[in-house]
Amino acid sequence: MTVTLTRIGGRRVRSAPPPWWRGRNALGWLYAAPTALIVGVLFVAPLVLVGWMSLNRWPLLGQARFNAPANYAKIADNTLFVDSVLFTLKYTVIITVLLSVFALGLALLVQERRPGVGFFRTAFFLPGSVGLATAALLFYGMLNNDFGPIDPILRALGITDEPVKWIGTPDMALFSTIALVLWRFAGFNMLILLTGLQAIPVEVYEAARSDGANRWQIFTRITMPLLRPTIALMLILSITGSLLAFDQFFIFTNGGPDNSTVSMVMVIYRDAFFRFDLGGAAAGSVVLLAGLVALNVVQMRVLRKRER
Amino acid sequence: MHPRTPVAVALLGALTLTACGGGGTAAGPAASGATITMWTRAATQAQSERLVAAYNKGHRNQVKLTVIPTDNYQPRIAAAAGAKQLPDVFAADVIFVPNYTSQGLFLDITDRVDALPYKDSLAPSHMKLGTMEGRRYTIPHTLDLSVWFWNKDLYEKAGLDPEKGPSTLKEFARQATTVDEKLGKDGKVSGTFFGGNCGGCYVFTFWPSVWAAGAQVMNAEGTTSLNDRPPMTDVFKIYRDLYDKGVTGGTTKEEQGPTWTGFFPKGQIGVMPMPSTTLGLMPKDMKIGVAPIAGPDGGESTFVGGDSVGISATSKQPDAAWDFLSWTVSDEAQVEVMAKNKDVLARTDLSSNKYSSEDPRVVLINSLVGKGQTPYAARFGQTFNDPQGPWLRLAREAVFGDAAKVPQLNAEIDKSLQQ
Repeated sequence: MTVTLTRIGGRRVRSAPPPWWRGRNALGWLYAAPTALIVGVLFVAPLVLVGWMSLNRWPLLGQARFNAPANYAKIADNTLFVDSVLFTLKYTVIITVLLSVFALGLALLVQERRPGVGFFRTAFFLPGSVGLATAALLFYGMLNNDFGPIDPILRALGITDEPVKWIGTPDMALFSTIALVLWRFAGFNMLILLTGLQAIPVEVYEAARSDGANRWQIFTRITMPLLRPTIALMLILSITGSLLAFDQFFIFTNGGPDNSTVSMVMVIYRDAFFRFDLGGAAAGSVVLLAGLVALNVVQMRVLRKRER
Repeated sequence: MHPRTPVAVALLGALTLTACGGGGTAAGPAASGATITMWTRAATQAQSERLVAAYNKGHRNQVKLTVIPTDNYQPRIAAAAGAKQLPDVFAADVIFVPNYTSQGLFLDITDRVDALPYKDSLAPSHMKLGTMEGRRYTIPHTLDLSVWFWNKDLYEKAGLDPEKGPSTLKEFARQATTVDEKLGKDGKVSGTFFGGNCGGCYVFTFWPSVWAAGAQVMNAEGTTSLNDRPPMTDVFKIYRDLYDKGVTGGTTKEEQGPTWTGFFPKGQIGVMPMPSTTLGLMPKDMKIGVAPIAGPDGGESTFVGGDSVGISATSKQPDAAWDFLSWTVSDEAQVEVMAKNKDVLARTDLSSNKYSSEDPRVVLINSLVGKGQTPYAARFGQTFNDPQGPWLRLAREAVFGDAAKVPQLNAEIDKSLQQ
């Protein structure tokens, strides 16, 4: 550490130590330390270890053996993983579009303060308070052909003649899962959009109305452009979450029928815990992580460009 | 949606923190008042709980049992092994034992087993799968055999002889069809049922028909699948015809496993393959016949399933653990705990005991232990049980889909077995 002397107002004073040692900065480091420690131990260290695992043959017990790049090379041969990438992307596109439309619709419905609107806001948001695993199990029970209540109700109402195979065909399994995810997440996304909607100043709407703009023009020219950053946040959460989809498929469809609803994380989980191929699973995780980081970088760039 | 840090990354990362290392072998006195931990899966919970309760009642050492949902058992074992947090003792589905053994999860107990006076009477198929390169790692814990159950009341109503169950798979199909035709009009009764979307159910209920016909489903090393040829394909064909004719229960094709045994006790099924452990759980007033599973034209066999149990490689109390394990196969535990509750015994020398003569069906099931088989393959779970494994796809194409795809899918099974 070097300490220099400077002359201020005719007096020689001792200058501060280098930036990282200055009192305020040291205090800042201190404040950040607990979080930094948690992030370091629970995120950075495991991340580094996963990277290292992916370069080794890693048994459950016993010594690891360096085998790079074998774990990465065999990913291309894993047809289940390749199929799961395509399926996960398809699921992500469908769910992101539907979720955005649904959530926006709900948010616009409950945007203005009117009598009873609080009830609907709560009702729409309530499914979001149920854990995803619990929600998946709930749908499994509700839609089960053997003991679920939905089929008998539909038949009693004369809507269907025979049991609906809710998870019996690939298309129906995907449809049912999408219904589950919409039910579970539409309210949460509505809440995000609602905060964005309420941040738009009332004066802007009033100005538009006094200029003679109709409802559609107000929606397309005022609401949507000003809501863009909020929609962007929702899209990032939706896309990232969908690419990491696991619980809904693992519990609700179990990847079936005939491997038609196997997500990427399910394959990673299978490699690690059913095939005990920890190195291969780590390689899959690294690939997925790289994909996610790349996607988020692209998304952020597009968003920032639009904001400017 | 569901923002999370990459689940898999964190999951695997946590695993790595303490992975690797060998097994502890610190000795401890066998009756020192020690408490050992044990894990078992929910499927064989009742038997494990009875054994543990009886042992705890009469011993200074105590066993603390944890029951884990069957579907989560394998991942839990894998995660615990990676973190060196296995319990002192853990039971495992017998067909997973070779894989666990090859991963080094069980302690070598060869000398301890050899010291047992009745070691040659321990259930042979369980012992075979618990042995690797001449060393022993597990002993039998529970036995669960696949057999055909038929509902005598439904048989009588359908005009069949209620005392005569099927003796061939073709006869099984004829009887199921008769029940379905005579009683199935309102959709409440079906001729038969099986777990059509459950790999483990297929091997447990279909393979004995192959063995009964004198054939095999894999080579002895468990590296080549023989499921693309007769008699396996004949067996598939018979079940396929039953499905096509609507003789099987309405949700057969979708049944993933958890509820496949739930329809028979409700009196909805004429005849179907069932696990022997469910016999004691059937309604008291239900008249049930039990027959060995037969091949298309006869013979008899069974899948000798159930659990084996061993001491984990990382246990710090192997002596206390062995004190409990050796007790579970003793005369006292086998007769007064297992036989008394109509369970199949882990020892062939005790199959005739003071309780067995009470129910001829139990005698029949016990007699099948020597005739049945437990298939061996190091990569069994990932190939045959895993819903994403290649076997389930083959079985479903063979029974519900395009049977012409079977040879190509069989090659996928070979690939998985040889990994």
